[in-house]
Amino acid sequence: MHGGAAAPPYQSSATPALGDGSVRLRDLSKSYADDRGRLICHAVKALNLEIQDGEFLVLVGPSGCGKSTTLRMIAGLESISGGTIEIGGKVVNRAAPKDRGIAMVFQNYALYPHMTVFDNLAFGLKLARKEKAFIREAVLRAATTLGLEALLERKPQALSGGQRQRVALGRAIVRNPRVFLFDEPLSNLDAKMRVLMRAEIARLHSSLKTTMIYVTHDQVEAMTMGDRICVMRDGVLMQVADPLTLYRQPQNLFVAGFIGSPPMSLLPGRVEGRGGGLVFVSDGGPGALTVALTGRLERLARGRIGGKVVFGARPEHLSVTGGGAPDAAASCIVELAEPMGAETILYLTAGGSSLIGRAPGEHLYKKGEELTIHINVEKAHLFDAATENVLTET
Amino acid sequence: MGLIGWLAAAVMFFPVFWMTITAFKTEQGAYQPDLFFVPTLQSFREVFARSRYAGFALNSICISFGSTLLCFLLAIPAAYRMAFFPTRKTQATLVWMLSTKMMPAVGALLPVYLLFRSAGLLDSISGLVLIYTLMNLPVCVWMTYTYFCEIPAAILEAARVDGAGFWSEIRHVLAPLALPGMSSTALLLIILCWNEAFWSLNLTSAHAAPLTVFIASYSSPEGLFWAKLSAASLLAVAPILVMGWLTQKQLVSGLTFGAVK
Repeated sequence: MHGGAAAPPYQSSATPALGDGSVRLRDLSKSYADDRGRLICHAVKALNLEIQDGEFLVLVGPSGCGKSTTLRMIAGLESISGGTIEIGGKVVNRAAPKDRGIAMVFQNYALYPHMTVFDNLAFGLKLARKEKAFIREAVLRAATTLGLEALLERKPQALSGGQRQRVALGRAIVRNPRVFLFDEPLSNLDAKMRVLMRAEIARLHSSLKTTMIYVTHDQVEAMTMGDRICVMRDGVLMQVADPLTLYRQPQNLFVAGFIGSPPMSLLPGRVEGRGGGLVFVSDGGPGALTVALTGRLERLARGRIGGKVVFGARPEHLSVTGGGAPDAAASCIVELAEPMGAETILYLTAGGSSLIGRAPGEHLYKKGEELTIHINVEKAHLFDAATENVLTET
Repeated sequence: MGLIGWLAAAVMFFPVFWMTITAFKTEQGAYQPDLFFVPTLQSFREVFARSRYAGFALNSICISFGSTLLCFLLAIPAAYRMAFFPTRKTQATLVWMLSTKMMPAVGALLPVYLLFRSAGLLDSISGLVLIYTLMNLPVCVWMTYTYFCEIPAAILEAARVDGAGFWSEIRHVLAPLALPGMSSTALLLIILCWNEAFWSLNLTSAHAAPLTVFIASYSSPEGLFWAKLSAASLLAVAPILVMGWLTQKQLVSGLTFGAVK
């Protein structure tokens, strides 16, 4: 468990680390067994992921999706059931956390409560038996970067949440790691502080240019911070892509529903042929929503007549004005309108299906109001209801 | 609520108070419930003349400190494992440990006595240290476990990432954080040992007898002995009272975890 006398010699944590900060996960898995060795669950299933040196990768997913477990395995705080982890081209499966060239920022800060801010920052360097002057300089440099100079003599309990998280960041910076690991670092902060710290971490990344792996359940954080985002569910990687690709080209129903706020409207239904063309008919009996499939969607739906599909459309691809793009009109009833000022979020029902739309903020919509909405079919998606994967032109 | 608190405190304190004033009375005076009397040290003089207080006190100190130390040596590793690497059986194990305290001690007296006799542990300090350790171990594990559980595992993990090996993690992080809890546990264990009478009366006679045996020797089936008994009792509890008084501030002030929300 712990590195005893046989542990490899200290890898200097204060001099620039050797090797690059690329991280490669190969068939990484984690399963839990009970006392008798019987399998309880798979937390992570054969995860394959390559993270470039200097990249900001966000692991996102609902709680229990295995994202934190993955991060903790990279950190060396959790044992690996299968597969390999490479950091800087070297397999680190069995290396102690301190020998992996990583630094970690924890959700609940995990500062040492009995030490001053200075000692919190200096702890790692002291353990590495660095010279006093060197430690002092390194700590002061990190403290200046984060605006902590005035707080160095304080204990953690005399700090606000944002200050504590800054100290935790500072502790990571002082280690001068090849890879920063963040485990939901902002979830204990209030909304305003979260936005500030988000910017701070982003700035840190652009100035340090170090690899960062960031775990969050908040898709807004994921979208705004990540160079690439890795969406996970039930221990399985659902899609890895840059934020816009993830938003515009989700590969499956889960990513489509998870990324985006308000979420994509997902309507289960089937493809039918009508009058020479193809239409999507949503489940919901008589009066169900039908959308004429034209252009790209028609090509996708060809050969799937009678097949179960899910139709997906982003709120911004539903409009009340229509016109322009090839679209399909449908009459809806307003269930709920959320005026945000610049725009209004509309929760609509059409023939037993629920839709979410965005409308310009000029008009105050009322509950029960009847509207005709236009769905931009060119931007909509079709998913196979059985495999949950998006239909693509092959 | 405050009133009830004061009342409870008064009820608890009254016997101690009565014992204290009785100790300063004459044997005749001890039979009168007077609050005002001429204090005398006669009983103390007689007690010191009749028995070697220092010897008993030394035994008490050796036994209670010795067993508390041994208790911690066994309890800390157990509690560390249970608090930071729990398994599905951890809770059940803890409850089982405590359940051993539910058996009346007298039920184990005969086997323990026979075992002690064949092991040559009767009337020996090491014998009492052993039996007190076994007696207090469940409480010690429970309390240590509870204090360890209050330390967020993330702090220890942070130390591991920072480069702390097992021992530096213990020395620089766990020990300073657990110290307040450990010291109050230690005080409780010492008090429990100090006041223990059942095993000490049954397993010791002259050589290893602690202060509880010293008190008991002043109770006699005939004659006047209240004042002497009170004086002996006062002498026996005084060290532990003073110790409790001196450490109470440190005991009450637990560490507040400002580092973790």
